[in-house]
Amino acid sequence: MSADTHAHEGHDGHGHHGPKWLQHHFETPIQQFESSKLGMWAFLAQEILFFSGLFVAYGIFRIAYPEAFAAGSMQLNKIMGGANTIVLLFSSLTAALAVRSAQLGKKDEVTRYLFITIICAFGFMVIKYFEYTAKFEHGLLPGIHWNPSHLVGIDAPLDHMHVFFGVYFMLTGLHGVHVLIGIGILFWIMMRNHNGEFSKEYWTPVDLAALYWHLVDLVWIYLFPLLYLI
Amino acid sequence: MATATAAHAHEPDYLNAKTGIGSWIYTVDHKRLGIMYLASILMFFAIGGFFALLVRIELMTPGETIMSPTMYNKAFTLHGAIMVFLFIIPSIPGALGNFFLPIMLGAKDVAFPRLNLLSFYIYVLGAILAVASIAINAVDTGWTFYTPYSTRTDTAVVWVTLSVFILGFSSILTGVNFIATVHKLRAPGLHWKRLPLFVWGMYATSVIQVLATPVIAITLFILIMENVLTLGIFNPQLGGDPVLFQHFFWFYSHPAVYIMILPGMAIVNEVLATFSRRKIFGYMFVAMSSVGLALVGFLVWGHHMFVAGMSEYATLVFSALTFLVAIPSGVKVFNWIATLYKGSISFESPMLYALAFLVLFSIGGLTGLFLGTLSVDIHLHDTYFVVAHFHYVMVGGTVFGFLAGLHYWWPKMFGRMYDENLARVAFALVFIGFNMTFFTQFVLGSQGMPRRYYDYLPHFAPLHGFSSVGALVLGAGFLVMAFMFIRSLASGAKAPPNPWGSAGYEWATASPPIEHNFHGQPVMTRGPYDYHLATDEELFDGFPEEAAAKE
Repeated sequence: MSADTHAHEGHDGHGHHGPKWLQHHFETPIQQFESSKLGMWAFLAQEILFFSGLFVAYGIFRIAYPEAFAAGSMQLNKIMGGANTIVLLFSSLTAALAVRSAQLGKKDEVTRYLFITIICAFGFMVIKYFEYTAKFEHGLLPGIHWNPSHLVGIDAPLDHMHVFFGVYFMLTGLHGVHVLIGIGILFWIMMRNHNGEFSKEYWTPVDLAALYWHLVDLVWIYLFPLLYLI
Repeated sequence: MATATAAHAHEPDYLNAKTGIGSWIYTVDHKRLGIMYLASILMFFAIGGFFALLVRIELMTPGETIMSPTMYNKAFTLHGAIMVFLFIIPSIPGALGNFFLPIMLGAKDVAFPRLNLLSFYIYVLGAILAVASIAINAVDTGWTFYTPYSTRTDTAVVWVTLSVFILGFSSILTGVNFIATVHKLRAPGLHWKRLPLFVWGMYATSVIQVLATPVIAITLFILIMENVLTLGIFNPQLGGDPVLFQHFFWFYSHPAVYIMILPGMAIVNEVLATFSRRKIFGYMFVAMSSVGLALVGFLVWGHHMFVAGMSEYATLVFSALTFLVAIPSGVKVFNWIATLYKGSISFESPMLYALAFLVLFSIGGLTGLFLGTLSVDIHLHDTYFVVAHFHYVMVGGTVFGFLAGLHYWWPKMFGRMYDENLARVAFALVFIGFNMTFFTQFVLGSQGMPRRYYDYLPHFAPLHGFSSVGALVLGAGFLVMAFMFIRSLASGAKAPPNPWGSAGYEWATASPPIEHNFHGQPVMTRGPYDYHLATDEELFDGFPEEAAAKE
């Protein structure tokens, strides 16, 4: 082991001459970019495992109570769920376009695409709000308020149908929390872009925010058919 | 390296580079965060140890000794929960990992320093909630929070599970940080085959932290919702499945056993190599066995539930997979012994802890095979045999590994030596006290003494009494150790950069290290255990300034 004491030393004794967005502990921009990207992918892996518990619970209880799950699924509004799927898929497209624009250094386009993505995210939450309130009014929230009415396709609530709605509210609720966090992140990135922090050389945060947003989309892609369609 | 240190002798170390309380609270320096973690986990180790002593004193005599049955339930729950979630899981990665992983990579910091700070404060928030839960109404469920009891008890289950939920994210973010750091921040020349085995161990640990911890997070989230909203996922009265909780819980908590033991093994590599002045025998096998343990650890959770009502075929598969764990563990132990063979061994206190680790971990690991055997487990399940087994792994393994590391790196972290004689006295007390406490419990368990019971039959009284006396000896050992370390901080002799004459990378910088760890970018030209390639200057254990003055 030897110390290369001079080659990398800058004027501050330990730093290096680099752009101001290059953090002090990285030697090169590519090292910083690759670290950030790898860290984000590792984080996304944990997100998938975070949701996995509820997906497994869904599978187990669907096998245990198939009729109750089929009946519960019938109570969900496929139109609203489908509309939300289209909204989220479209927002993933605009998020990807924002990254492309950032790579090309087109600052105003990035702001525009991120803005559309945020609007879509709000649209998703609005539709979800109407869905949730309808379910609450129909007494479909498990627990002390459980008192189903306005049932579709069945005359009386089935035993264990509340388990379906327990899984439904936790899966969609956690997903909704992720959408809200996504709105916050996208807004923050949009403002940073507006302030001119990003360039053709440095667009990592836009890329990472979009990656997160794609994950939010991906989770919904599985939620929609499992809860609404089958 | 030594020349460089002398040339820059004016540069202050990380402890003095910045001053004021703000320089600690908002620090993003991995070394300061490591020290903050160290202080926090040691505090919780003391609290968890206090509850352990309460439990053992209560069990010293049959019937009521010092507390009621309800208090006893709370005491053993708090001992377990605090030791697992607030001490042992964050202990080595948070404290020693944060401090030494970047230095061993020749990096200035971890990949995401601000995330590291966030991770620490998430830990603090979780710890505050856990302490609050004690004040509100301490839980009495056992540290596993098994349903259906945890959905029925009126103790503060929601608070403590929320605390564990939050603590999990601290663990996950540390894991994400270390993975990116190991992949991307290695110094020039530090390819994977030169990576210190401590780094390999931390890397394998991080993979488990990232992939297993979210599962406990979602499990406890469901449990909280179950308590708050009565959903019916784990609660059998509502059509839920309490065994599903056990599956989810152990899907995390078994890999979590490797989050605990892998870092202990990782430290033992460094200490054994240094104090036998020898390259680790079978380096790549040892490195890969860490990764192997991390992977196999994901497949064996069912062995906690052999009597919980699984199908016989499932128990067969889980039992067979459990035996697989013995292969990478055995690879490690045999390679360590081969490392010692013909080594030039010296017995300073870190080495004593590392050698004790070899003995105690082997006992803990082999008794695990008894429990992985279906027919034997039916008799031993939920007896003191299980308690003794996991304390041999968790204390005899992880805590002894942690103590080996703490003694080994103490001079590097604080720039002070400690009283070696006092350290050996503490070691003797801890080693004897530990074996008195827990070897006895193997006997108790094999005779049928169930775990968690408040009272016991009179014929168990001699062994229980002996075990409790052992716990007091163990406690005394830790008091001596605390005194020894505090005295070192106050008046210990100044530590040289390389007091043990190690070839490890972290000893090439000053004690304590400067803020950016190294002057300039280090370039690794040999492995961390290549004693045959290290120069006399690198292994020199004195002060470079003094050496220069003598010449």
